[in-house]
Amino acid sequence: MIGTWLDIGPIDQIEPGMARTLPVRDGEEIAVFRTMTGDFYALVNKCPHRQGPLSQGIVHGNAVTCPLHNWNISLKTGEALGDDEGCVPTIPLKVDAGRIFLLRDAVIGRQPPVESKAA
Amino acid sequence: MNAPASFDEAATTRERLVVIGNGMAGCRAVEEILARDPSRFDITIFGAEPRVNYNRIMLSPVLAGEKRFEEIVINPQGWYDDNGITLVSGDPVEHIDRENRSVVSHSGRVEPYDRLLIATGSDPFIIPVPGSNLPGVVTFRDLDDVDKMLAAADRGGNAVVIGGGLLGLEAAHGLCLRGMKVTVIHLMPSLMERQLDEAAGWLLKTELERRGQTILTGADTECVLEKDGHVAGVRLKDGREIAADIVVMAVGIRPAVSLAKSAGLEVERGIVVDDHMVTSDPAILAVGECVQHRGTCYGLVAPLWGMCRSLAGYVTGEPNGYEGSVTSTKLKVSGIDLFSAGDFSGGDGGEDIVMRDAARGIYKRIVVKGDRIAGAVLYGDTADGNWYFDLLRKGEDISAIREALIFGQAFASGGALADPNAAVAALSDDAEICGCNGVSKGTVVETIKAGACSVDAVRSQCKASASCGSCTGLVESLLALTLGDEVQSGPKTLCKCTSFTHDDVRRLILEKELKAIPQVMQELHWTTPDGCASCRPALNYYLLCAWPGEYVDDQKSRFVNERLHANIQKDGTYSVVPRMWGGLTTPDELRAIADAADKYGARTVKVTGGQRIDLFGIRKEDLPAIWADLNAAGMVSGHAYGKALRTVKTCVGSEWCRFGTQDSTGLGVKIEQMTWGSWMPHKFKIAVSGCPRNCAEATIKDFGIVCVDSGYELHVGGNGGIKVRATDLLCKVETEEQALEYCAAFIQLYREQAHYMERTAPWIERVGLDYVKSRMLDEPDAIRKLAARFRISQKYSQDDPWAQRASGDRKDLHQHLGEFRPLVLENA
Repeated sequence: MIGTWLDIGPIDQIEPGMARTLPVRDGEEIAVFRTMTGDFYALVNKCPHRQGPLSQGIVHGNAVTCPLHNWNISLKTGEALGDDEGCVPTIPLKVDAGRIFLLRDAVIGRQPPVESKAA
Repeated sequence: MNAPASFDEAATTRERLVVIGNGMAGCRAVEEILARDPSRFDITIFGAEPRVNYNRIMLSPVLAGEKRFEEIVINPQGWYDDNGITLVSGDPVEHIDRENRSVVSHSGRVEPYDRLLIATGSDPFIIPVPGSNLPGVVTFRDLDDVDKMLAAADRGGNAVVIGGGLLGLEAAHGLCLRGMKVTVIHLMPSLMERQLDEAAGWLLKTELERRGQTILTGADTECVLEKDGHVAGVRLKDGREIAADIVVMAVGIRPAVSLAKSAGLEVERGIVVDDHMVTSDPAILAVGECVQHRGTCYGLVAPLWGMCRSLAGYVTGEPNGYEGSVTSTKLKVSGIDLFSAGDFSGGDGGEDIVMRDAARGIYKRIVVKGDRIAGAVLYGDTADGNWYFDLLRKGEDISAIREALIFGQAFASGGALADPNAAVAALSDDAEICGCNGVSKGTVVETIKAGACSVDAVRSQCKASASCGSCTGLVESLLALTLGDEVQSGPKTLCKCTSFTHDDVRRLILEKELKAIPQVMQELHWTTPDGCASCRPALNYYLLCAWPGEYVDDQKSRFVNERLHANIQKDGTYSVVPRMWGGLTTPDELRAIADAADKYGARTVKVTGGQRIDLFGIRKEDLPAIWADLNAAGMVSGHAYGKALRTVKTCVGSEWCRFGTQDSTGLGVKIEQMTWGSWMPHKFKIAVSGCPRNCAEATIKDFGIVCVDSGYELHVGGNGGIKVRATDLLCKVETEEQALEYCAAFIQLYREQAHYMERTAPWIERVGLDYVKSRMLDEPDAIRKLAARFRISQKYSQDDPWAQRASGDRKDLHQHLGEFRPLVLENA
């Protein structure tokens, strides 16, 4: 993946099976997850259903269960699993030398959705 | 030098190849080059260690006493001599002069080159804690390290190994066999977390503990302790101290790149090379653990062979680029079979096929993506490891054998047997289905034909699959084969991860003395690697209820409300409820609540249905601060967020009310003080009304007391929820003490019997009021025994979560406080 990567610190600041959030000025908050097997993923911290904070959900396998209404969201694709439909944007993430990096353009360039105004 | 004349002659035309590093990579590269073109180069190899090339990955068996050094030498001195290679050992290269194309060694030897090969490998990582440079702190990298460990083992005593990865565990195993008392300190919650999933890590830990090692996971080293100038022990950040006569640091390795860096080569994490192992200087190649190829640094030996082949092909004029390696790992600890390969992290687009056979101590997990194997973890039976690895590396389509894949090569390759039902159909009638109870296929089929239409019916009638349950799949196949579509689905299982019901799981936790979530998942054959959002909280509760004071609560298996001790609301903010005992409060408490509401910008302040005050709109980051403030004013958490005792609602009772028969407020306070902090299958509400007018609405509570002139009526199973249910009258008692004792007993019966997420109302409707009455009132001494068990569990649960987490007294309990602090961008 070409682009600038942002260093968000060492991997051990997130315990396996947990998540932490990354606030972005003028942008959307990001949730960074670490699975029980030690994989890292980043998603916009909003469930596609009712915008629940996914970072607060229970992580299992490579999915997280939204704490508001129990939708299961894939950490890899951001898609709702099972019978639910919807998708949350994923943020490209890599781990290098024990540190977590996010793709800058996906973090900074992401604007919160603007409500469309009727003309 | 008396070299033959032909050598001298050739030397004028030959290229000079200098190799820095006499390890496995450097020598293998030379072997590969010699195999292709033995006369092309004049070769000089520099080695930092004063010995010939040996197999570093076999140091573990040397430490364990299973091999001698001579047995792990790859190339003895004769090899260097026979191939005209100059070996400069014990004299490391210290400088690369790229302009003049020469290297300078520690002793000042200057060696010119046409091609330079850097194979410096990697350095062990020393965690920079105080005391890490003391005598007695060693790494596990070369033969000198092994000698130091053997010398320490001769003196006996205690060894601490920091690092529960591949290397650390092999060091620990060796020291243990050499008679030392070994403690392994591992930062992560499970061993070898980079190669194994939690379940396999747990099995490994259990086995090592059985062998006498002490394994401390989630343990962070603070410093190495000293006595008389020598290492004396290790202190952890939680204050624990472990005595040690030797400390082995095996926390990881880093590519050894300083030489390349100072020579100005392009270095990221490792020395950057292309597919032919050429660095940013075309005259310099690099290979092995010191390099970074396509963004990856390898810490295992297998990729070396591919790298060395492509390097040799390139320098001898037949280039074949290296494309990276899929790696696999085996643990070299005798008697423990453990294999891991590829990406075992699973997820979607990928599916996990999991097999757990607790009786034989086997765990297998194959990750399938599309129609291909993406990863595998095998524990206990690794016979098929190479077969899976082969399928993985070649990217073979496994769709045809998918059903039988987990059973291994012999089974999956069996043509018609690839369909598990067909395989079961092919079994003879006397083939054993259930090993635990010795039930044959014929017996199971007869039982089914005689009317058993579900797994549960088979279990109860012929005992097949009634014990460990590992043959449940076979029984299901027999049901399908015998009945076709008439199979009845059994009672509801706990969740999709298991074939067991809630009741079975609770029973087996006690019977088999299961005391950790991964242990339950292994013993009861969970089909997912780490459960789901349904079973994890349930198992956490069941274990907590079964083993009070012993089971360590698992925060990551708790719903966010319980993890953060506040209620998540629809906008992602939280609400906070301080406890008001029996509904009583004071002006001081109200002032503190008002101050907190102001300070943290509570947007709504509301009295709850349970007579408490709820502060809404608190931001997650502010939770620890608001707990601390309310705590400082003498208040504790109301548990309004938990599957726990919520509130005890009261009326004013005899103290003020002209109809009140007893002190209902006072009794409410006593009950709340007895029951608060108790974890339950679901939320639990209590009320005490002072007279039959029932102002506290006690007859729609999980446990309700209605005071009457002659004593106390005890009501159970009420619910004001989705489906309103009025209570059933349990009995009447005469004294306050009895009312308290019966309340404790009822709660404990509910805690021990109900399914997770089942409130008292549906529980009582499921089991029947008569059952509850018989368990409490008909069994001799039942009330006393149940209440005693309740009090024991309360000894461990009446810790205020706010106080613990706000004060920092219990560091181990608020590790997850990190969750509150947002991450920051370090170079935005």
